[in-house]
Amino acid sequence: MYELLQQLLGDSILVYVIGAALPLLFILPYALVTVLLEMKVSAHMQDRVAYMYTGWHGVLQPVADIVKLLQKEDTIPGVADKTLFRLAPYLVFMGSYAGFAAIPFSSAYIGSDIDLGVFYIVAITSLAVIGILMAGWASNNKWSLFGAMRSAAQIVSYEIPTALSILVAVMITGSLNLQDVTHFQDGGFWNWVVFGGPLPLTQKLLLLPFTLVSFFILFIAGIAEVNRTPFDLPEAESELVQGYNTEYSGMKFAIFYLAEYANVFLVSAIVVSLYLGGWTSPFGEFMSGPIWGFFWFVAKGMFFVFMQIWIRWTLPRLRVDQLMYTSWKVLTPFLFVCIFAVGFILVV
Amino acid sequence: MIETRTLPTRYVTHPGEIKTSSGKTLRTDEMIINMGPQHPSTHGVLRLEVVLDGEIVVDVIPHIGYLHRCFEKHAEHMTNYQQVIPYCDRMDYLASMNNDWGYALAVERLMKIEVPPRVEYIRVIMAELQRIASHLIAIGTYGIDMGAFTPFLWCFRDRERILDLFEMTCGARLLYNYIWVGGLSHDLPPGFVEKAKDFCAYFKPNIKELNDVLSYNEIFVKRTANVGVLPADVAINYACSGPTLRASGVNFDLRRDEPYGVYDKFEWDVIVGKGEMGTVGDCWDRYMVRVWEMEQSVRIIEQALAQLPEGNVQAAIPKRIRPDAGEIYVRTESPRGELGFYIVSDGSGTPYRIKARSPAFVNLSVLPEISRGCMLADLVAIVGSIDIVLGEVDR
Repeated sequence: MYELLQQLLGDSILVYVIGAALPLLFILPYALVTVLLEMKVSAHMQDRVAYMYTGWHGVLQPVADIVKLLQKEDTIPGVADKTLFRLAPYLVFMGSYAGFAAIPFSSAYIGSDIDLGVFYIVAITSLAVIGILMAGWASNNKWSLFGAMRSAAQIVSYEIPTALSILVAVMITGSLNLQDVTHFQDGGFWNWVVFGGPLPLTQKLLLLPFTLVSFFILFIAGIAEVNRTPFDLPEAESELVQGYNTEYSGMKFAIFYLAEYANVFLVSAIVVSLYLGGWTSPFGEFMSGPIWGFFWFVAKGMFFVFMQIWIRWTLPRLRVDQLMYTSWKVLTPFLFVCIFAVGFILVV
Repeated sequence: MIETRTLPTRYVTHPGEIKTSSGKTLRTDEMIINMGPQHPSTHGVLRLEVVLDGEIVVDVIPHIGYLHRCFEKHAEHMTNYQQVIPYCDRMDYLASMNNDWGYALAVERLMKIEVPPRVEYIRVIMAELQRIASHLIAIGTYGIDMGAFTPFLWCFRDRERILDLFEMTCGARLLYNYIWVGGLSHDLPPGFVEKAKDFCAYFKPNIKELNDVLSYNEIFVKRTANVGVLPADVAINYACSGPTLRASGVNFDLRRDEPYGVYDKFEWDVIVGKGEMGTVGDCWDRYMVRVWEMEQSVRIIEQALAQLPEGNVQAAIPKRIRPDAGEIYVRTESPRGELGFYIVSDGSGTPYRIKARSPAFVNLSVLPEISRGCMLADLVAIVGSIDIVLGEVDR
């Protein structure tokens, strides 16, 4: 991608600016679509119809919402730490946005084709914790602080199962570069890591239960990482009012929201790239190529976004101790077993 | 010079000290946090002063009075007894029918009025429909407290059908002024009986659906079972009543034990908490008692609709309500528990004194007792499970 841009524009800073801004071209329309999707899916689950007046079946409502948020007064509490308060939402968004750099959207486009791609994503998305802690602390509100502390504890705990279940896929594919991981799974859905990867049949069958388990755990831990129901304790509105973003309004609040939706897709993207063949076509050579690759990647990603919405509007919320219990006593031991077994099968 | 005054605090904090690695001493203390009056899960304008040690609730003090509207004083200054009924509507605004009935029954007993059987039947139908509507809100909002939003709107969808029935009958959807002293404001409109039967048939499968998505949900059970356990003796000592008392295993329901209306003519069961998922008297029991009570209410409504006699619903309405000097205490079973009206009459056209014993107020008093030592999220669960309506707590 950069080569193409460099050929077109020469070696200038503009190339990097454009290259870095490209994911935004995806995230912003995606966020609008997902906001609408979330409202419509939840509404139909609850015997409602949601927005109906702004455009055909309310499709323009997210745009109207953004216009409203842009016009709102940007209030900062008098007792808040103003610098940190202003900085926090951007830091939270930066964490998830930077993660998109190493995501292969198609065979032709990956922001940065680095060899430590997965490792980079795990590391950079942790940046959001600092932003959330900053928001909670700077708001100078007890509820916000509560939400921030919960969030920090939660994200740090769920990083372990996330990293471990990523490790399972990395052991099978033998690469930390997501583009390589995706190439490894090319050639149809039976080559996906979730079904054991393109290995001999006996090995595939032996690997299958462990890859399935770690795939589900990655998805669960991913939901917890992005603070969505049933793990939305940091912003549990019935307990903590709105958690760390209680005091935020206007565009800063919108940035938090944008970060949340960007995170939702990021999690889906990681799951899809590692376990479900990324941009590869499920039918081998049929409908493959860079453009179709982008289509498949977004389609698979949106399926998991839909799954997260579905889960959110179905399940109640866990309690803090139950959340920790799930992470440390259920998910992590399971993954240790998976890693041990996968390593054993691959070596023998 | 302004004299500073320290308000007496009733809670106990436990200040302590910890030594840091660099040898400094840091003071530690519990955090006092205000939950409400503007908090999403205090079900109105309740303010809870919570003393927190991390996530653990050390103590909680409910502060009430944000919705005080002087019901009792207003009642003394009406021009007649009938005018008090709209104020009763506004006490427990989620169960107006039951409140009206409690008051009307007290005045009728004071005046020794016999109401026609049709009136009694219609009152039972209305009260039980209202009980379902009220429990639906309790259950739905409890789902929100636990983070499940969808059941809430399902409950509201069903409640809507009940409100449609009420609207059809008396024109109002929330505050009805329907049950009058000695009778009713309107007879049932044509087609009501069929519609009510339709509702019963429609509603029964929805209870199962609700149980599938919320009541027996693993996460929901984990959040509510063994949380906020209210033992039977504590419940009795605090004079709890209604579902809160029955969930603790006490088999007591005024509709059966002190029958008013025509409740003794129907077959139905008093639901008692059994500790199916944990301990008897935990939040799950309190929640579940309401769910099963809705089913019993449907049973009562179906029987009452089948037996509904003919008659003039306004035949026994007195021209002038002037009870002889005297006093009376009448208690009825509202969705929240024992709703009592104590009326003192001096023989004039207005009550000399009215005292309402509100079940939500009494049930709320047990909150600190059962929520010490639980977690902040459990406190929300406990407040929700007691099912308070601040309009009735403060009156």
